[in-house]
Amino acid sequence: MIHSVVEVRKLTKRFERVTAVNEISFEIYQGEILGMLGPNGAGKTTTIQMLLGITTPTSGQIRILGLDLDRNREEILAQVNFSSSYVSLPQSLTVWENLRVFAQIYHVRNYREKIDRLLSVFEIAPLRDTVTRKLSTGQLTRVSLAKALLNDPKILFLDEPTASLDPDIADKTRLLLKTIRAQSGLTILYTSHNMREMEEMSDRIIFLNKGEIISTGTPAEIVKRFEGEDLEEVFLKIARGT
Amino acid sequence: MKLHRILALVNRHLMLYKRSPQRMMEIVYWPLLDLMVWGFITVYLARYKEGLPAFVTFFIGALILWDVLFRAQQGICISFLEEIWSRNLLNLFVSPLGTGEFLSATMLVSILKVIGASIMTIGLAYLFYSFNLFMIGLSLVPFVINLVVTGWAIGIFATAIILRYGQEAEVLAWGLAFLFQPVSAVFYPISVLPPSLQVIANGIPAAHVFEGMRAVIETKAFPLHELIWATGLNVIYLASAILFFNYMFRVVKMKGLLVRIGA
Repeated sequence: MIHSVVEVRKLTKRFERVTAVNEISFEIYQGEILGMLGPNGAGKTTTIQMLLGITTPTSGQIRILGLDLDRNREEILAQVNFSSSYVSLPQSLTVWENLRVFAQIYHVRNYREKIDRLLSVFEIAPLRDTVTRKLSTGQLTRVSLAKALLNDPKILFLDEPTASLDPDIADKTRLLLKTIRAQSGLTILYTSHNMREMEEMSDRIIFLNKGEIISTGTPAEIVKRFEGEDLEEVFLKIARGT
Repeated sequence: MKLHRILALVNRHLMLYKRSPQRMMEIVYWPLLDLMVWGFITVYLARYKEGLPAFVTFFIGALILWDVLFRAQQGICISFLEEIWSRNLLNLFVSPLGTGEFLSATMLVSILKVIGASIMTIGLAYLFYSFNLFMIGLSLVPFVINLVVTGWAIGIFATAIILRYGQEAEVLAWGLAFLFQPVSAVFYPISVLPPSLQVIANGIPAAHVFEGMRAVIETKAFPLHELIWATGLNVIYLASAILFFNYMFRVVKMKGLLVRIGA
């Protein structure tokens, strides 16, 4: 039986007079890739931040892997991970050194083998001893994804992970994430502004607008519900309020 | 608190220094310049030894010990700033790493910096000016520990402010310790200060440390009461600084600012 690994109930975040997220409730099921879609300011990043415990909700409840996030932060965060194009890694350390530091933080057993395997999977093994400062944006994104998989997370939060990748590497990354999901049952929460990518990656999509969930379903269901040609057209309709 | 997480962060900073020689400047360059200036002042004053208090010849020692406090403070602040500069703060705080582990790691890094800078300055002071800091004897140990703890308290307080207000408050990492210097009795006794500043100085742990050092040199007696005052004040300040940091961390999470300063 498929069970939910993330349960969000009436989650709200207010920043003074602005309501960034307004009483949203949703679940993410084990092994699912859930796409979170919405125009800028819709509340996607704030929601992910709350799920990662780095922003405190104004009200509502978050349960991850059956545990209350507020009371079990350490236990939960040891089993999840995060990657985003807007986060980097220490520039003066080599790729291997950076991954080693995070392997130590996550207490990864056999970290040498694990790091080497991830470097190979992401086709960055030749960059092992390269100082991070010298990496291209695409290479850095792959190192960041390798970091995100170091602890064999049960849930992966990816905030626009392919934003800076060229189409070839972006495609490889998507394929790789799908393969890992198929092999390990990894659950992924995914945000992107690339509609084709969202359609390709997501089993289900949550469409956020002005802090509220306005639709949820498979990409095809959402396209049908909003009478669009594709997800991009639906997105434009919602973003422009037409 | 998990030791492996603390050591991971310490490791990260050690690797940083290994890979970035320019960062060694922070440990070598400023202490060296200070040592030269104060060393020559001491040499100059030593010519007029008669009529001057014995402590004047200890200017170099005072400088080295002030540097202990300053490096301890910087060890905390710079370790935190390194995470901001490299946009790595979010990676750390979405991991199981807690604020206690983070602060413990920065404290360990600061001890390593203090040891590195002190070995260099003590060695050069001996080489250039035949000044032996260890003439104070074992009294030095508890006083130095107190200076490190004062540095930590100031460093954690400054880091909490930077955490809340972002890089605009970065200047505190370099300047805050010096705010305490005039009332820390580093180069002169508390008694030369105006009465109002004497009251403030008596509330500064470093002032008791330097008064204690002065007493050791001038009377050869161990000033236990100064050590007790310094330790007591340090316990209060360090605990307050940690509570303040944790409070600021909660505020930052409430306001959703961690993303803004960490990414």
